[in-house]
Amino acid sequence: MRPEPSDAYPLLSVRNLSKHYPLRTWWGGKGSVFRAVEDVSFDIRPGETLGLVGESGSGKSTIGRAVTMLNPPSAGTVAFEGTDLAKLDPRAMRRVRARIQMVFQDPYAALNPRMSIGDYVAEPFILHRPGMARAERRDEVEGLLARVGLDPRFARRYPHQFSGGQRQRICIARAIALKPSFIVADEPIAALDVSIQAQVVNLLQDLQDELGISYLFISHDLRMVRYLCQRVAVLWHGRIVELADADSLYDDPRHPYTRRLLGAVPVPNPVAERARLRDAARMPAVDPETIGALVEVAPGHWVAGDPHP
Amino acid sequence: MAETSAKTLLEVRDLGVAFDSEGGAVHAVNGVSYTLAEGETLGIVGESGSGKSVHVLAMLGLIPRPPGRITGGQVLFEGRDLLNLPERDLRKVRGGQIGFVFQDPMSSLNPGMTVAAQIVEPLRIHLGLDAQAARARAKDLLDLVRIPNASARLDQYPHEFSGGQRQRVMIAIGLSCRPKLLIADEATTALDVTVQAEIIALVQDLKREIGMAIIWITHDLGVVAGIADTVQVMYAGRILERGPVDDIFADPRSAYTLGLLRSLPDLSRGRAGRRRLHQIEGAPPDMRTPPPGDPFAARNAYATARCLTEPPPLAQAPGAAPGHLVAAWYDLPARLAEEGAAR
Repeated sequence: MRPEPSDAYPLLSVRNLSKHYPLRTWWGGKGSVFRAVEDVSFDIRPGETLGLVGESGSGKSTIGRAVTMLNPPSAGTVAFEGTDLAKLDPRAMRRVRARIQMVFQDPYAALNPRMSIGDYVAEPFILHRPGMARAERRDEVEGLLARVGLDPRFARRYPHQFSGGQRQRICIARAIALKPSFIVADEPIAALDVSIQAQVVNLLQDLQDELGISYLFISHDLRMVRYLCQRVAVLWHGRIVELADADSLYDDPRHPYTRRLLGAVPVPNPVAERARLRDAARMPAVDPETIGALVEVAPGHWVAGDPHP
Repeated sequence: MAETSAKTLLEVRDLGVAFDSEGGAVHAVNGVSYTLAEGETLGIVGESGSGKSVHVLAMLGLIPRPPGRITGGQVLFEGRDLLNLPERDLRKVRGGQIGFVFQDPMSSLNPGMTVAAQIVEPLRIHLGLDAQAARARAKDLLDLVRIPNASARLDQYPHEFSGGQRQRVMIAIGLSCRPKLLIADEATTALDVTVQAEIIALVQDLKREIGMAIIWITHDLGVVAGIADTVQVMYAGRILERGPVDDIFADPRSAYTLGLLRSLPDLSRGRAGRRRLHQIEGAPPDMRTPPPGDPFAARNAYATARCLTEPPPLAQAPGAAPGHLVAAWYDLPARLAEEGAAR
């Protein structure tokens, strides 16, 4: 396995990010705002995978789209390789876009059914490397398909001829075409069959080992997050309630919501799982009104302080 | 725990289901046979295309025909073959003695009807209750599935409930006629893990109160581990393995079951003990052209020549607990022992 990332400068630095959506009143006037994400800060180091976990509606995907500027934040800054993305002119932003990619949950929706997968994977070259010769582009595409475990001869086929797992590989091939340093993977295995999930997770890990890509891995699969991520942020009602090294977070969760979340994960072992069911049902509910500011309780282990301890 | 002396509630015999499509018939379910005892919880594990959902839809007369068709078999529920019941009689069983809960509560509930109307309907049809009695019963059911302030919430519409509460309402409808069998098909898959935990705890409590049998269909081996008496692993329209829950996890006999168990990362394993995830190579077969032999053979490192040509029957696994059945020509424990010795 690869060495742990060094304490080098962060690749991505997110500070006080918020995303608010105005709620209109029925006559169209100004109403209140929905705070999808509120005052979120974190770093991602080169070669690191940061896991972002939380329930539906907690703001995970909103953060993923905000840090890639697909849906820019309402407030706060996103700095990539030291540059504030909001301050870039369109040309500079285009260059940065080549280095930041996304992989989505639904490989069925992401692919264009009328485009051969070879053309789909080649598209980034056409957009970002217009000078590239056709033969060179074809070689690149074949290399990318082979790299993600697909037969390069498949380049002329169309998406409907592939299974879900193969389609996700195609999306990953396109995402790595321009040698990005950072990929936001938003629930990349959630739509895949169990027997296929490990294939895709191993592929993501191999690509990180070889190419040094950093990931923001957004997932509700808490088992896979522990496996893949060096650090994990737990999101709840749009705020980070706990951020720590994966081992500290899973072995010593401090926030009551983190405990509740981890305590709800089924264990594939009948004796352990029956015992967990007996205990888990009795876990107290947590009140979202009590999310405080993050406090460092141990080196690198941040927990939202409870104002009413 | 299911006891062998318990009375049989459901017996599926050699059930086959196919769907006609342009590219030829898709054989979704091929010769599935099993029995379920009264009060037993059967966990059915499988991925998309395994036939786990299609076979229960076929049982309940809920597959669209055409393109679907039953190619053979019987489904005996308390001795009566559901596949031969007239629709009128089947409707009495479905929602009456057999309750069901599907994955997506938003599309299963009618968004234009109040929750009360939807719970009351089966009570009036199946139990012949009058409007007042049915409403009182509906309130009791919402209490039973732990929806607070039930009498006020009866007159609300589905969109006024959260995802977890909608699934509770679906369970209330599924349980409304005190079924002998509750079928839950990926009933918690779309829910958050904490809500899933609440729903599972609820179903466990209700089972103790009502004593019904349960068929719990899921892709999550963790969920099955905690609630099932018996586990049945399906793949490509067949049962590959079936047995008491503890034996299936401790002593899997199908290479597919073993592969699934090994591919799950361990929640309690830290980075220091991290190994590459075990992956099952390849993908499930195209069911328009199913392989002639064991459907998992192409992905199975332990497959023998016979696996490729002849489908293995589901039979007692040699040396395993009684009732632990496997469909395999290869001897998995022996092969694993050889591997261990070679290392």
